[in-house]
Amino acid sequence: MQTFDLEAQGLRELNSTLHAQVKETNQTSWEVINPKGSHAIAVGLDAPIEVNIKGSTGYYCGGMNKQATINVLGSAGPGTAENMMSGKIVIDGDASQYAGATGHGGLLVIKGNASSRCGISMKGINIVVHGNIGHMSAFMAQSGNLVVCGDAGDALGDSCYEARLFVRGSVKSLGADCEEKEMRPEHLEILKELLAEADSDAKPEEFKRYGSARNLYNFDVDNAAAY
Amino acid sequence: MSSHDENGIPFTTPRQSATFTADVNSDIRRAAATGIYDIRGGGAKRKVPNFDDLLFMGASISRYPLEGYREKCETSVTIGGLHASNPIELDIPITIAGMSFGALSGPAKEALGRGASAAGTSTTTGDGGMTPEERGHSTKLVYQYLPSRYGMNPDDIRKADAIEIVVGQGAKPGGGGMLLGQKISDRVAEMRNLPKGIDQRSACRHPDWTGPDDLEIKILELREITGWRVPIYVKVAGARPYYDVTLAVKAGADAVVLDGMQGGTAATQDVFIEHVGQPTLAIIRPAVQALQDLGMHRKVQLILSGGIRSGADVAKAMALGADAVAIGSAALIALGDNDPKWESEYNKIGSTAGAYDDWHEGKDPAGITTQDPELMKRFDPIEGGRRLRNYLKVMTLEAQTIARACGKNHMHNLEPEDLVALTMEAAAMAQVPLSGTNWWPGKSGSNF
Repeated sequence: MQTFDLEAQGLRELNSTLHAQVKETNQTSWEVINPKGSHAIAVGLDAPIEVNIKGSTGYYCGGMNKQATINVLGSAGPGTAENMMSGKIVIDGDASQYAGATGHGGLLVIKGNASSRCGISMKGINIVVHGNIGHMSAFMAQSGNLVVCGDAGDALGDSCYEARLFVRGSVKSLGADCEEKEMRPEHLEILKELLAEADSDAKPEEFKRYGSARNLYNFDVDNAAAY
Repeated sequence: MSSHDENGIPFTTPRQSATFTADVNSDIRRAAATGIYDIRGGGAKRKVPNFDDLLFMGASISRYPLEGYREKCETSVTIGGLHASNPIELDIPITIAGMSFGALSGPAKEALGRGASAAGTSTTTGDGGMTPEERGHSTKLVYQYLPSRYGMNPDDIRKADAIEIVVGQGAKPGGGGMLLGQKISDRVAEMRNLPKGIDQRSACRHPDWTGPDDLEIKILELREITGWRVPIYVKVAGARPYYDVTLAVKAGADAVVLDGMQGGTAATQDVFIEHVGQPTLAIIRPAVQALQDLGMHRKVQLILSGGIRSGADVAKAMALGADAVAIGSAALIALGDNDPKWESEYNKIGSTAGAYDDWHEGKDPAGITTQDPELMKRFDPIEGGRRLRNYLKVMTLEAQTIARACGKNHMHNLEPEDLVALTMEAAAMAQVPLSGTNWWPGKSGSNF
């Protein structure tokens, strides 16, 4: 285990050190102490390493992550795991706005609640939130799976494309062109795997599935009121 | 047409309305027939005060000129030296603006890379990500970081020579993008991670930041990911140039790209293009003032775009304080867009050479703004690249000609004092004297 004191050694040194890790590195386990809400911690990683951040993080923790596993032992600020490509990021506490925004792949697990716009423009990432999510989540979500074990706020899935949205609790309102969809066996299978990976004891059968009604995919003046 | 009625009483001469012009009436008829607003590409077509309203005075006794072809007039520019360890070094102060693969064909993007590289300048990706042919043929490639984040990934970001965070675009300040289903080929769909054939909307705001304080943190993140190596540009529309440039610089931008309303877009509403934004001529001085007030003029580079057509435009933009310019529409014309040789083809789709702007429909007879494999065959990227290189060279020679005539041994030495304006409007916007006077509207302490 390599220990890195962010307060003493600085952000540039942390990220350049982590960027220097390659696929064959034997320094696979890292601990970051004194994060103190700093921004851009562990961004742009591209190696199969594990980074445990002991405390809360600011904006964009784990941004554009590839391969790495990042555990935040606290809460995360806005844009955590933004544009993640692969790997796994686990937030022990809550996550602020835009968690997992535009993510292309990998798994983001939020053990607390996520704020508004969770999964905005997601492009293949899987997100599992143990608690609730805020308004406008999965806005323009393109693909991937958003699993919410609690409740969803207003305008869930507004203008979404092919992303699958699973909610166990209530949905305050659905956004434009988002509707409840049939839960088929393949969806239960996806849920089962994601819940297990996210260490959740929720049951797939307790969820409802939502997704695009696909009515706004091509402009039609008769739908003008929905735009 | 008869001039008299059956009783010999003359008809009054039919008079067309200055309000309900033929263009306006055709717009109304089209709207009534379709129920959809008009979408088109390009920039503002209305006449606005522009660089043609300015003149250089040239040298005489009070200023002496430099010898053409003999005395050197430098054109090089360095962009992004403030924070980046690898700033961009350009041979000429004319760059190629961001245009997407999707809006343009792959070969057209390749041609832009070939032409720009041969002329010693940079090209720029667009809303759709980086293609291998574009990276491969561009010695200096600026990677646009857009709200849609289509095709965005850290590998491509690290291959870029600079990153341009796009906040706005001159053709549509405050608006997002649109790529209609006709142009969503398998390859475009795959790069953008969306189903084939659907209309692809690009958001008008970034999904994970809002406002200048967030922008500062976003810039920090991008710098950390790229190891502080490459410059970070911020592109803004010519909406509120003084404040937008100020905020971009305070957020940590290495360069600001400022785009006026004549700047083109791949597709948006005609009403947006013609009625939102400010003319390119009007936005330079407030932007330069912002840089000067911050003590950052020439430290943070200002790249101006929006209707730049000639070396004269380049020289005028630089005289008003820009460090470089970017061209988009003009580069497409150099490649062969709107060429009269395709006139009969333009006529078949209800247009004419020079006016064709329905780029979103993917039927471009010149094979440039299309994903149709048959139309794409009409465009040769090697020949296109050669034409663009020639055009860039001509623009540079023209700009040098003017700079030497003003006695400048570097393009950056051109200054507002070299210019006069032909109209009151241009004098006010450019803050240079109306020709024959020492006055411009709003000038303090005027004694004329």
